Amino acid sequence: MSAAFDIIASAGLWAAVLRIATPLILGTLGALLCERAGVLNLGIEGIMTFGAMIGWLSVYNGADLWTGFLVAALAGGLFGLLHSLLTVTLGLSQHVSGLGVTLFASSFSYYVFRLAVPVAGTPPTITPFQPIAIPRLSDLPFVGPAFFAQTPPTYLAIALALVLAYVIFRTPLGLAIRMTGENPHAAEAQGINPMVVRYGAVIVGSALMGMAGAFLTLSAFNSFFPTMVQGRGWICIALVVFASWRPLRALLGGLLFAFFDGFQLRLQTVLGGAVPYQLFLMIPYILSIVALALMARRARVPQALMQPYRRGER
Amino acid sequence: MSKPVLEIVGVSKRFGPTLANDSISLSLAQGEIVALLGENGAGKTTLMSILFGHYMADEGRVLVDGQELPQGKPRAAIRAGIGMVHQHFALAPNLTVLENVITGTQSLWSPKLRSSEARAKLLAISERFGLKVDPDARLGDLSVGEQQRVEILKALYNEARILVFDEPTAVLTQAESERLFATLKDMAAQGLSLIFISHKLDEVLSAANRVVVLRGGRHVAERNTSETSKAELAELMVGRTVTRPVREPSTPGELVLEAAAVTIRSDGVDRLKAVDFRLHAGEVLGIIGVSGNGQHMLAQLLSGTRSKTAGDLLLYGKAVDNLSVTDVVSAGIGRIPEDRNKEGAIGEMAIWENAILERVKAFSRGGLVDRKAAIAFAQTIVDRFDVRGGAPTSRIRLLSGGNMQKLILGRNLIDRPRILLAAQPARGLDEGAVAAVLERILEAKRQGTAVLLISEDLDEVMALADRIQAIVGGKLSPAISAEEASARKLGLMMAGEWTTEVPHAV
Repeated sequence: MSAAFDIIASAGLWAAVLRIATPLILGTLGALLCERAGVLNLGIEGIMTFGAMIGWLSVYNGADLWTGFLVAALAGGLFGLLHSLLTVTLGLSQHVSGLGVTLFASSFSYYVFRLAVPVAGTPPTITPFQPIAIPRLSDLPFVGPAFFAQTPPTYLAIALALVLAYVIFRTPLGLAIRMTGENPHAAEAQGINPMVVRYGAVIVGSALMGMAGAFLTLSAFNSFFPTMVQGRGWICIALVVFASWRPLRALLGGLLFAFFDGFQLRLQTVLGGAVPYQLFLMIPYILSIVALALMARRARVPQALMQPYRRGER
Repeated sequence: MSKPVLEIVGVSKRFGPTLANDSISLSLAQGEIVALLGENGAGKTTLMSILFGHYMADEGRVLVDGQELPQGKPRAAIRAGIGMVHQHFALAPNLTVLENVITGTQSLWSPKLRSSEARAKLLAISERFGLKVDPDARLGDLSVGEQQRVEILKALYNEARILVFDEPTAVLTQAESERLFATLKDMAAQGLSLIFISHKLDEVLSAANRVVVLRGGRHVAERNTSETSKAELAELMVGRTVTRPVREPSTPGELVLEAAAVTIRSDGVDRLKAVDFRLHAGEVLGIIGVSGNGQHMLAQLLSGTRSKTAGDLLLYGKAVDNLSVTDVVSAGIGRIPEDRNKEGAIGEMAIWENAILERVKAFSRGGLVDRKAAIAFAQTIVDRFDVRGGAPTSRIRLLSGGNMQKLILGRNLIDRPRILLAAQPARGLDEGAVAAVLERILEAKRQGTAVLLISEDLDEVMALADRIQAIVGGKLSPAISAEEASARKLGLMMAGEWTTEVPHAV
C-alpha cells in the first residue's frame, strides 16, 4: 500500500497524467462535438493515426511544430468531410462509414509514411514540443512541476475543453448544434439547416481528432510508427458516454483514465517482478468500464444520434 | 371582409404520379379561424408544408400581406410571421422549454445566448395567452398537452401572426382539446389568424369560422360554419353520403369468455380491480371509458401479453391460468391493437410479411417462407377487405391509417375468429374508413364472432354494442343493454356513477 501512496504523492506521476490525458481530451472533445450534432464518428482511430503521421511528416520535412499541428487538424477536417458526405448527404450507416474511415485512414497513413520515409532500423526522429514552465506557478512546490510544466498542446487541450463547454451551453450556435442532435426536424422548423450544422460539427470534431493524433508524434514522442494510437480513439468514444456529452466531464474523464494509466505504469516498475505486467496494463481499462457503468446509466443520449436526416421525411 | 393576411393562389404539387395538391386557392383574414377539412391523404398537410417552406410547389404562389413568399425556405416563412404547430411536435425532449423555444431565434454567430431577455419574453407571451409553462422544465418531462403548449409558444415567440395547427387534437384528451379550442378563440380575438387542419367534424364546427374542404387534392367547397351542418360537411369531405353502420338486435349464442374478479397488479398498483364480464358468441360487448382507466391492461390480458394477478378467466368454459400469445392465436382470438403503428404492424416490412406474422408456420416449407403462397394470401386480404394504396410487396408504412387498419382487420377476420378483441378500432381514421371498419366488425358479429369492443367514443359504442360496461379506474361497471343505454346514462357510468343506478352486480 505504501508503494501506491508513494506513487500518488510523486509530482512525476501527475505530470505524466496530464501528458497521457492530452490526446484523450482532444479526441473525446472531437467525438463529443460530432455526437452532439447527431453523428457518431468511429473514424476517430484512423483520423488520429493520420494526424500523428501527417503532423510528424510535416515537421520532419522542415515545417515548424505548430504548422505540423495545424496540418494534422486540416487533414482531420478532410476526413470529417468524407465522413459527412457518407453519413449526412448520403445518409449511410454511421457505424459502417466510421469504421471505413478508420480502416482507410490507418492504412493510408502507413502508405504515405512508407512512401516518404524509407525503411530504417531506427525510425527517424524530430525535435518535439518542449515543456513550458508557467512563470511563478511552476515554482510552487509539488503543484508546479506536476501541472505547470507541460508542453503547449496540453494547455491548448484544457483551454479547448473550456471553450467547447462555453460554445455548447452558452451560445446560440451551441443550442443549434444540440437541437440538431436531438431533433433535426425541430431545428429545421426553426430555420436552422441541420445538414450544414452536422457538416460543421463533424469537420471541426474531426480536426480535433487530428490534433489528438499529432500530439503523440509532436509532443509525447518524437517519431511515428503505425500502431502508435493503440486504441486511444476507442477510449475516446467510451469517454464521450462517460462524460454524458459534456466537455468539462470529458476533461475529467480524460484525466481519470490517464491517472489509472500513469499509475499502472509506475506500479509495474515497483511490483514488476512479482506479477506479470499485462495484469497492470488491464487496470485502466477495467476501471474505465466500472466508471462507465456507474456514470452512463444516467446519461441522456442525444436523441437523434445515428439517425440520418432526410428533408421532408419523418 | 378585411384584406386577407394570407392568400394561397393556385398551388399544385405532384409527388411522382400522384397530384397531392391540384390548383388550390385559399385566403385567410385577420382574426379568422379557418378549418382545413379533409380525409387523410386529401392534401391538407402537403398544402401547409408548402406554406411553411418544407416543400416547393410546382405551381402557384403564397402571399402574406400581399407580398409573395419565397418558396422552400422555412426561415422566410417564419420571418413573414407564419408559425406551424406540427402534429408530431418539432421539439427536443432533452432540452428545456426555454431552449426549445429560442433555438434559431438569435444569430448563430453571436458570442452569447441572451437567455434572460428570452425568458422574460416567453413569460410575457405565456401570460398574455394563458399558456402556462415552466421555462426551465425538461421538455421530455411534460405531458403531451403541455408539450403542445410549448409548440404554440414557439410559434408565438417567433412573432407569428398566422398560425397553422396540424391535427392539433389528435394527441390530446377531451379536456385538453376543449382547453386548446378556448385558447384558439382567444388568440383569434387578439388579432391572430389561424388555420387548423382536421378531419373531425365536431371540432371543425365548434372552433372555426369558415371551413375549406379538400378532397383528393382539390378544393371542393367552402362554407361558413354557421351555415352548414355536420352531415353536409361529411358528404363534401367524402364525396358521397356516408352513414356509419348501426347494429341490429340479435340473440347471443353460447358463452365464450368469462372473467370473474380478475385483478392485474403492475408496479405495485392494481390496474384492473376484480373485473367481471361475460362475452357470448354473436354479440358485441362494448367497454367504454376515458383512456388510461385500465383498457390497456384488459387488452393486454386478452392478447396474451400480460398475465392476471388474481381471479378466474374462463375461455370456452375452461379455466385458463395464463394465456400466452401462441395460446391466444390458436384459440382463435383475433386482435386489433390500440396502437396500430406500434403493436399492429411493422412499418418497414412488406404488406405480405405483416399479413402472415401470426401464422408464419402455415406459410413455411422446409424451414423457408413460402413467399408465393404468402403473397397470394396477402392479395386475398387486400381484395376482400378493400385495402388501397399498395401491393402486397410494398411496405406497410406507406398505407394510410385506414388502409393499414383494414389490413389488420382482414388478417384477423379472414380466418373467422371466434373472438375478436377490438381496441379503439376507429381511432384516428377518417370518416370513410371508420364506416368500413365498423361495418366489418358488425359483419363478423353476424357470422357468430364474439366481439369485445374497447372504445372511448360514445357514438361508436352506442352504434355497435349489444351490451355496454364502463371502465373507470380499473373497475368495470355491470353491463347494461343497448336498449337501456343513453348518452346521459353512459356519461354517468364513465364518471364512475353506477353503484346508485344499478344496485346489483351481474
